[in-house]
Amino acid sequence: MTGPVLEITDLTIRFGGLVAVDGLDLRVNAGEIVGLIGPNGAGKTTVFNCISRFYQPDRGTVHFKGRDITRSGSHEIIRFGIARTFQNVELCRSMTALGNLLVGQHVAMRSGVIRDGLRLPGVGADEARATQRADEMLELLGLTGDRDHVVSTLPFGLQKLVELGRALVSDPALLLLDEPTAGADKQEIQGLADLIRRMRDRFDLSVLVVEHDMSFVMGLCDRLYVLDFGRRIAEGAPADVRNDSAVIEAYLGEPELEVTEV
Amino acid sequence: MHWLRTRGRATAPYGLGLIAVLLIPALLNVIPGIAPGYVLYLVSLALIYAIVAIGLGILIGHTGQISLGHAGFFAIGAYASALLTLRLGLPFVVAVLVAGSVSAAIGFLLGLPALRLSGPYLAVATLGFGLAIPQLVVWQSSWTGGSSGLHGLPLASLPLGAFTIVFRTDQDYYYLAAAVLIVLTIFARNVVTSHTGRAFVAIRDSEIAARAMGVDLVRYKTTAFALSALYAGIAGALYAHLLHGISPEDFTVLLSVDFLTMIVLGGLGSIGGALSGALLLTFLQNALTRLPVVHDFKNLYIVVLGVILILTIVFFPQGLAGIARSWRLRRATRTLDRPAGAGQIVELGERSGVR
Repeated sequence: MTGPVLEITDLTIRFGGLVAVDGLDLRVNAGEIVGLIGPNGAGKTTVFNCISRFYQPDRGTVHFKGRDITRSGSHEIIRFGIARTFQNVELCRSMTALGNLLVGQHVAMRSGVIRDGLRLPGVGADEARATQRADEMLELLGLTGDRDHVVSTLPFGLQKLVELGRALVSDPALLLLDEPTAGADKQEIQGLADLIRRMRDRFDLSVLVVEHDMSFVMGLCDRLYVLDFGRRIAEGAPADVRNDSAVIEAYLGEPELEVTEV
Repeated sequence: MHWLRTRGRATAPYGLGLIAVLLIPALLNVIPGIAPGYVLYLVSLALIYAIVAIGLGILIGHTGQISLGHAGFFAIGAYASALLTLRLGLPFVVAVLVAGSVSAAIGFLLGLPALRLSGPYLAVATLGFGLAIPQLVVWQSSWTGGSSGLHGLPLASLPLGAFTIVFRTDQDYYYLAAAVLIVLTIFARNVVTSHTGRAFVAIRDSEIAARAMGVDLVRYKTTAFALSALYAGIAGALYAHLLHGISPEDFTVLLSVDFLTMIVLGGLGSIGGALSGALLLTFLQNALTRLPVVHDFKNLYIVVLGVILILTIVFFPQGLAGIARSWRLRRATRTLDRPAGAGQIVELGERSGVR
């Protein structure tokens, strides 16, 4: 592929008087795992919400595979090939794990209320294909045993896995992960880094991950962007960022730098 | 294969219901001391209300969008078909289909403000719609007949090739209402267990997740409104021809509350629940308004309605469908000695209409 998968230029968004993100430039190349880090309130999730079109930036553009998506609707993004997870898990709570992975394939399936209501030819085949794909993903994530469990009854860690599966099953080119380690213990965090790398290789993904567990991103990411008060204060390989004076200053007194949050 | 089993079990009551539909007229004829015509009229009315309840259940139970104005769609369907047959002399079948389509189109339009409103705001907006429709009918008295209504509607008929079926008796009309209900029940079941139904439930569970997964809220919310309005409109048309006449006072806000109570009592998100809630409430209303001891008939029913709503929400938030489920669950765990937890989880999945 030529050119970056995701290119953000001069992204700026204000909430009232607060400038949440200020002139951010960010790039994700094909196959890269890029981390977006920073102290609490630095604007990391806001950047995600601009990419996935929940927020409209005041200035700047977001290009995905060369296409300007700054004015697209939030439901169109997944069709272009961007899938995301959420900081506090946004699953369809009353559905089973399988149901959620079928919702993840929403845009891949033909739709129409009359077609569905009359069970026109093709509906059953579509369902069967989507179900098979969902089953494969569940197996890959080790969730086969939880297939028919309503997700609200699952422990938080499994819910996060289901959410990851729901994003992956849409066959994205870019995966946005918002705090994948939230609520996980140290052992799970290590497993998560391996899992994300395996998924990247298997599905030809590029990954942008928001995180404030530093040791996790240091081990996982190819490149890091550091945000503070909405501004980019550093960019580069994890080893370089770790020793950057601006980064150390921004994190001064921030225990997240060293300590893994549980 | 788990879902196959749950689906098979959930389908059994529908089979029994179908048998009951076919046998009820014969049964009524052999039981001495009752007027089969009246009972059949009453059952037909209950079946017609059940059509509304199923449509409303898709909107409220599955999609999570409240409506307190479905009597408005019911009225639109009733008046549309009454006017088309009475004034334009159109055949009954055409009138019913047009009535449903007109109602669906208006439902689509009402769905547009619903995109910006939720919860109590949407409730008030739809309530306003339900209040306005009967008033509009009274104002447009030159062609709606005003508050005295429209009367003398022609008999329902169904052209079948060379000859035409005319629904003359209460029993004929009962079979007609049952047939329409069966078709619309199957359609609704197909919708809620499919791609479209999953999108509805996704919107109810989390609009944010639904959007991120590519569910177009504009499209699916307006679809849910239009679909439920279609059901209410068709039911309204059947109602008009059951009574052979209608007037604005048939479509008060209280009727909207009736519809809401039916699906809450039956269990939100369950088609079987909507069916049973509609049947139960229609018979209950009739029993109460005919109770010889009580003089203030109508108000007693309103009180009972309120009590039913409160009791259901407090003690059986999943309604009759929830009670039936826990009963089935208990039986299943007793006979199969299956762990209760596992069974319950499957049952919950079934509730949402999504496997």
